[in-house]
Amino acid sequence: MAGYVHAHTGQTSRRASRLTEPPIVRVLLIAAALGFLALFLVLPLATVFIEALSSGLGAYVLAIREPDALAALRLTLLAAAIAVPSNLVFGVCAGWAIAKFDFPGKQLLTTLIDLPFAVSPVISGMVFVLLFGRQGVLGPWAADHDIKIVFAVPGIVLATIFVSFPFIAREIIPVMEASGTQEEEAARVLGAGGLQTFFRVTLPNIKWGLVYGVILCNARAMGEFGAVSVVSGKIRGVTNTLPLHVEILYNEYAFQAAFAVSSLLAFLAIVTLIVKTVVERRIGLSAQTEAGAARPQAS
Amino acid sequence: MSIQVSHLTKRYGGFVALNDVSFTVRQGELLALLGPSGGGKTTLLRIIAGLEQPDEGSVLFDGDDAVRRDPRDRGVGFVFQHYALFRHMTVFENVAFGLRVRPREHRPAEADIRRRVNELLSLVQLDYLGTRYPSQLSGGQRQRVALARALAVEPKVLLLDEPFGALDAKVRQELRRWLRRLHAEIHLTSVFVTHDQEEALELANRVVVINEGRIEQDGTPEEVVEHPASPFVVNFLGQVNIFHGRVQDGKALLGPLALEYPEHPSTEARTAAGYSRPHELAVSRTDEGGGLWAVVTDVRMAGAIVKMEVTDNERRPIQIELGREQYEAIRAIIGELVYVKPRKVRVFMEGK
Repeated sequence: MAGYVHAHTGQTSRRASRLTEPPIVRVLLIAAALGFLALFLVLPLATVFIEALSSGLGAYVLAIREPDALAALRLTLLAAAIAVPSNLVFGVCAGWAIAKFDFPGKQLLTTLIDLPFAVSPVISGMVFVLLFGRQGVLGPWAADHDIKIVFAVPGIVLATIFVSFPFIAREIIPVMEASGTQEEEAARVLGAGGLQTFFRVTLPNIKWGLVYGVILCNARAMGEFGAVSVVSGKIRGVTNTLPLHVEILYNEYAFQAAFAVSSLLAFLAIVTLIVKTVVERRIGLSAQTEAGAARPQAS
Repeated sequence: MSIQVSHLTKRYGGFVALNDVSFTVRQGELLALLGPSGGGKTTLLRIIAGLEQPDEGSVLFDGDDAVRRDPRDRGVGFVFQHYALFRHMTVFENVAFGLRVRPREHRPAEADIRRRVNELLSLVQLDYLGTRYPSQLSGGQRQRVALARALAVEPKVLLLDEPFGALDAKVRQELRRWLRRLHAEIHLTSVFVTHDQEEALELANRVVVINEGRIEQDGTPEEVVEHPASPFVVNFLGQVNIFHGRVQDGKALLGPLALEYPEHPSTEARTAAGYSRPHELAVSRTDEGGGLWAVVTDVRMAGAIVKMEVTDNERRPIQIELGREQYEAIRAIIGELVYVKPRKVRVFMEGK
């Protein structure tokens, strides 16, 4: 396999050198791309870690172990831990409905799934304040039942679910549409029930799309600032998530602490990227096996 | 198991896919549903399998109504047109699937599953490929895996949707012969859908010709070939020369041809057409009566037969197929005048 891939790339680059731009243009293009990357991605990321460690490792650990920071980390993880599974269930349902059935309003549903991408996160947050706030439609009902939503943890979770919900659905709809319904029909005729069909046939086929969607959804859920900032009320140690906590520290001129907490988020982002790369490679590999179908062996 | 389909109708919006279709598949029969694509044959097969619900009509399995039965309880094996193998499972697991998803009390022990799957894989001559994935197989191999998978659940009827449609000619021939042998061995009631008349005639005990949601003819391959019930069947079963004209007073006047036609003794004239296959025309150099003079415009040697094209006096082309020896006897070349006489003409009246 490795030999095959190597030989293949070799061929492409040889062809490229004969057919495309002169070397100087290529060097300039690569330099421009790398320079841009360094300026806007690597440099800021490095700054985060350098600033975080500017007062030494001790101060760094102290800033992170500070109770409010730990509370913010816990809340962020909690919000993600609720939002991601909820969106997983929703995404699979929506994906299933859209890819496998025809029903009135299908186009509308497809469009609505993208709504959180289209509206500004601040508005997403405002929606929940308007719904559950004291003057909101459902506010009095919530107050009567002694349920606090806005400026409390439930509001943060709701806002997080809202802004991160398109990710999983959008990843698996194309995968499900591509795989069609024939394998499910085959499973039914062979005697499989609904759940057996789902777990033995559908799920394995959408597995990597699902993992990819979960990664993106999780990244957004942990990093969300705008919508959460509106519903949170920013009560330290209670309704502060990591991104909000960074902002508060920064506004209080606690730069080193702000960067230390930021480094946690940056670290989560890097882990996400690594997992994403691994998953993409797995998707690539399984796509290659699929492509192997195009070169059938002699029977 | 016998299958009795009666008065099936299925509509998709305004489109009528099946229109009052009735026929019976007898126990142990190998029946072909033959027709052009979009003619409703696949819909019919899917209704028998329970993958679609008919709007009207019934499907009886051995006399019991099956329409309301879930596909999983019908005891059918279905081979899909593009096989629909489970991509993430090995060949072995694909075949074992139907056994593994049975309710616990009916599920065979692991050792029995292994034995059964290996038996089936050797039946389809693929026992050496059990650990491969579907993407690593050729089209013909996938087809046989799909068949083994369908047979694993010991169905009482086997349904095949265009079983050889996606394969190249040589593999198709081989699989056709192989399926025929298999059917002779296990005698499972089977229905297959095809748009390839040759396939239907070669493989099936009985052929049901379907067009635009209706049955055109239901008969043995011989009946369908020798006594086509309608112009559509004649046309669909292979190349045919058509002579347009009319019938009146017990005679048929079809362009250059004049024939006896006792089926229509009335003095009222009716438009009609005569159909004659290329191999049903004889060619000679002398006027033998009952035929027409024509000019040879093309001669092609196609292996054991010779294909000839001639045009009549109104420049309408007529296709002729002769055996080598027959051709050697006359040796007509392009531009020469020959006498063409149909040995057989099927006349169908049009309209009304």
